[in-house]
Amino acid sequence: MSTPTTTASHSAAPAWKEWLLTTDHKRIGVLYLVGSMAAFGVAGLMALIIRFEQMELGMQFISSGTEYNGYLYFHGAAMILAFLIPGLTGFAANYFLPLMIGARDVAFPRINAFSVWLFYFAIVLALLSFIVPDGPDIMWTGYPPYSVTSASNTSMYVFTVHLLGFSSILGAVNFLVTVIYMRAPGMGWNQLNIFVWTTVAAFVIQLIFIPVLAAAVTLLLFDKYLGTHFYDPSAGGDVLLYQNLFWFYSHPAVYVIFLPAVGILFDIMATMAKNRVFNYKAAVYAGIWGIVGIAGIVWVHHLYIAGMPDWIRLGHMVTTLLISVPVGILTLSLWGTLYKGAITYNTAMMYAASCLYLILLGGLTGIPLAIPSMTLHLSETSYVHAHFHFIMALFSAFALFAGIYYWFPKMTGRFADGPMATISFWLNFVGVNVTFWPLFIIGKEGMPRRYWDYEMFKDVEVLGRSFQEFHFIATIGAGVIAIGMLLQFINFIASAFNGKPAPTNPWNSKSLEWTHTASPPGPGNFGDTDVIVDENWSPYEYTKG
Amino acid sequence: MMKFLSAMTGLVGTTLVSSQAFAKELPVPNESWERLWDTVMLDITVIGVIMAIAAVWMLFKFRATSPDQVGTAKKLTTVQSIAFALIPASIFMADDFYLAANGWTVWNDYRRVPDNAMEVKVIGYQWYFEYEYPGGVLVEADMETPVMIPVGQPVVFRMTSEDVIHSFGIPKYRVKEDIMPGRKTYIWVNPVEAQTDGVVQCAEFCGEAHSQMSNPIHAVPQAEYNAWLAKMAAEG
Repeated sequence: MSTPTTTASHSAAPAWKEWLLTTDHKRIGVLYLVGSMAAFGVAGLMALIIRFEQMELGMQFISSGTEYNGYLYFHGAAMILAFLIPGLTGFAANYFLPLMIGARDVAFPRINAFSVWLFYFAIVLALLSFIVPDGPDIMWTGYPPYSVTSASNTSMYVFTVHLLGFSSILGAVNFLVTVIYMRAPGMGWNQLNIFVWTTVAAFVIQLIFIPVLAAAVTLLLFDKYLGTHFYDPSAGGDVLLYQNLFWFYSHPAVYVIFLPAVGILFDIMATMAKNRVFNYKAAVYAGIWGIVGIAGIVWVHHLYIAGMPDWIRLGHMVTTLLISVPVGILTLSLWGTLYKGAITYNTAMMYAASCLYLILLGGLTGIPLAIPSMTLHLSETSYVHAHFHFIMALFSAFALFAGIYYWFPKMTGRFADGPMATISFWLNFVGVNVTFWPLFIIGKEGMPRRYWDYEMFKDVEVLGRSFQEFHFIATIGAGVIAIGMLLQFINFIASAFNGKPAPTNPWNSKSLEWTHTASPPGPGNFGDTDVIVDENWSPYEYTKG
Repeated sequence: MMKFLSAMTGLVGTTLVSSQAFAKELPVPNESWERLWDTVMLDITVIGVIMAIAAVWMLFKFRATSPDQVGTAKKLTTVQSIAFALIPASIFMADDFYLAANGWTVWNDYRRVPDNAMEVKVIGYQWYFEYEYPGGVLVEADMETPVMIPVGQPVVFRMTSEDVIHSFGIPKYRVKEDIMPGRKTYIWVNPVEAQTDGVVQCAEFCGEAHSQMSNPIHAVPQAEYNAWLAKMAAEG
């Protein structure tokens, strides 16, 4: 199927109008990138405040517990809902998925434009929580009864989730239709880039599970503002209903972030190693779809300490541990893709290589948390905090940054590599380790999450040192990351305008976005001729020259 | 696998033996927890080190020597593809069941309250815990005021909340569980040694003073505990 090449106009309209009214998937991708990076910046600033507040005992930068809780709320909600999900499924999928399958745009370009603006409205609504006097302080999880009885503005949380959910559902429908109907003639399912597969899987998860989250937070809204009692036990409701509904979506949401991140890594590593993807079909059908299949039956591991019946907890221990099977197969394919390759290194590959370490550390430290008896102690400690930062935040964010460096020449016609990129990579990589390793250590001894003070643990020592010394090291690490990220952003912006010009296919990739389009691709992506592939074509076929 | 089976049969078996025999070998859940932690850490360290060495070796070994070089790996045959999926899947699954069996055993230690456990009721409020000791002695604790439990006496905490969700955690005894309005939950501890650096903390976000919803918990000899309880009863 081909669409006319008029998705982005060449009219003499001013630039701001062209961006505002665009239905071009590449521009929408860039809009997602800009929005998600803005959210990352603000949420990162919140993280710094949180970290510096914890550096020493007692209150230092904040004036009340509620203020601190407001920062925590914004940091969590924005990082997950406005940075990671839109960054990976919004930016990366929008810009590159149509190019990878040889499509001229997505199936419904105007709905696509509607999705990105819903996302922007959600960000504005979330940012308003800093202006209104009763900004939400209910954490990104919004558990009742606190979210119902709190004096803060729960409706802002609910409507932000609604807007983002609506945006994601529209995006999911759009991209599933695009991949099913708009692949280049001749392109079979086993010829798709792994990134395309992971994005399809992520959107299937979004489509199935988001309505449940939307229902959960809507009932919250009713409870707080309309006087219903869905979650109020004193009137026959149930406090745990919300947590079950919430995690029924929010655990699969981890894979909405994880899968596209893994997909980006596969594409970078296969290209940089000039190698086939090891055991492609196992990675796709057992790995990616195995994760989707299991995603909906493990959520109770978030409720191990919530007083669920013992048999459910033990059942979900087994299903949760079994996640290691599809993830293991996917990991093996990732590793195998390097085997007998011919690896060239650049910033993208350095980020990708560091992701191999992050996926191991983040993934394996999750195994104790699959076991209820372990979790009875570890839950809600900084051990959990460090674990999910390594796998969700750091692994996925590093994969996204790898993708940005990898595709930078495609988007801008220029390289982003250089001394600034290398320095910021090392600052970020060292920084995340210095920040989160200490949290594993004190977490095991009981340091709780979401505490601005830990006065009660002043006599507890780990390895002969107080919690405060570990928090001090972690705070130094956060400062190092902040410098690294700042340099990185300066580098991105400077490179976009003044970077070294890049050829059309600088990495000699076989993937369609490199072989068949200009950098950056023009309106309609592929010029005048439609892309057609034969049955022997593969985005990872290097040996046949 | 053997451990898994024995854990499953053990679950059925222990309901049959008398409570007397059970009490003789009273588990110490926090010690079981530490052993399980060591087992799991060994397990994930072995996997992690093997995978990390493989990654680092390949990242160095397979560097391109010229820009035109391409990878030389051959495509897998169908049999190899299936084998490379099924064999690792079996290994991972075996490891999962091994860990599940270990976890299950410790879980039983945590959830089976001994018959001779002393019962303390806990009610969570924003932002403190209220305790009801045997004999109806009410104790309100704060960050400076410890509660006491007697050494050698298993204690079960039966818990609920009067407002929002809290969590009753004692890191010293490697245990916590949420406290919710409209529901009752429990944990039990077996304080085999005296200690004065134990901390009770709220571990489920509950608002403004969540970070200060905490009090010390000391395990003291029976005589000292009795004196403390008598003092609390007199004050109450």
